[in-house]
Amino acid sequence: MSDSAAPQTVGGVLTENLWHSNPIFMQVLGICSALAVTNLLVNTAIMSVGVIFVTMMSNLTVSILKSLFPRKVRMIVQVLIIAFYVIIVDIVLRAYLPDIHEALGPYVGLIITNCIIMGRAEAFAQSNGPLLSMWDGITSGAGYMGVLMTIAFFRELLAFGTLFGFTVMPAGFTPWVLMAMPPSAFFFLGIIIWIGKTIMYRQQEAAA
Amino acid sequence: MNPPDIGLFSLFFASIFTSNILLANFLGMCSFVAISKDMKSSNGLGLAVTVVLTITAAVNWIILHHVLIPLDLLYLRFIIFIIVIAAMVQILEMIIDRVSQKLYITLGIFLPLITVNCAILGVSLFVEIRDYGFTQTLVYGFGSGLGWWIAIMALSAIRKKTERTKTVPAGLQGSGLTMITIGLMAMAFIGFQGMLAVQ
Repeated sequence: MSDSAAPQTVGGVLTENLWHSNPIFMQVLGICSALAVTNLLVNTAIMSVGVIFVTMMSNLTVSILKSLFPRKVRMIVQVLIIAFYVIIVDIVLRAYLPDIHEALGPYVGLIITNCIIMGRAEAFAQSNGPLLSMWDGITSGAGYMGVLMTIAFFRELLAFGTLFGFTVMPAGFTPWVLMAMPPSAFFFLGIIIWIGKTIMYRQQEAAA
Repeated sequence: MNPPDIGLFSLFFASIFTSNILLANFLGMCSFVAISKDMKSSNGLGLAVTVVLTITAAVNWIILHHVLIPLDLLYLRFIIFIIVIAAMVQILEMIIDRVSQKLYITLGIFLPLITVNCAILGVSLFVEIRDYGFTQTLVYGFGSGLGWWIAIMALSAIRKKTERTKTVPAGLQGSGLTMITIGLMAMAFIGFQGMLAVQ
């Protein structure tokens, strides 16, 4: 969170989480588990929905239960709450989307250590009401999803010539193998951070 | 239960270079980006990660194969793994505090960070998915830790140089440039892939 007074309105939380303190390009949080799945749009979408669900529900739960557990053990309680929801996501994926579950591999479990979820629980849900915390979870997750989907869009397009599995590139298109490999995710993330920050500096200058 | 047929040496080499836990699997990024500003801290964190990674990979393997699988409680593994990691970090912190005050001051602040380092949980989950045997797990855990250590040291050395240049555009400074640097490093590490590939 920035040092400005915490935005406690529904709209304030929305713009804050989608743009001003977007978890990825302003705070560089939670990229661990997610970059690995950004080579296909479908995987990224499923993964992001999982993250949104977990952030939303864990924020809600932490906010409701926050007065029940002592401050000293709050970290471990938060981790357990998050792990509980991740297990639900894992079981649901395994039951209904076994192929995608297979493709995501360990990264579903790694939602637990996604810093965004822990960060939102600690920074927002600890000091706000349940419904607003839930909304904060949804919007943080959505800001995260936006960046990841952008990366995945370019990676899938350039690496396989497809979008959501449908071929969109002309027949003569040569797949760009590097785009399917890890370095491209770092490059795209770097570029997105660059563009995002540059626009933000412009806005600040215009405002000043 | 047939552990995959990978020689221990190749596994060790692969976990450091070709499938570097950070550059190929994107694990442990959060603390990686935050800490790599400073070389001394990078070194301390790298050491701590290596130690914790080796121990937790082994402990989680034992729990997985001797408790969770016999009792058919596999769906509890996320919770159990994360508790083991948190407990191990806590125990290690107490032991280091007793044994070496100097080491405790060096590592002290990094240990709590490790609990939420994705690399630790990631290795335990990879071990489960790839069905490694016990020795393989030990080697893989240790190798991954070393790989992470090498990566963070290399990055912090590069960042030290890039931070002095004045020509970087304002928007790219900091995390943006770091990401692109990591991308270039990842490309360099991919170069090792011709030597052996272990997935």
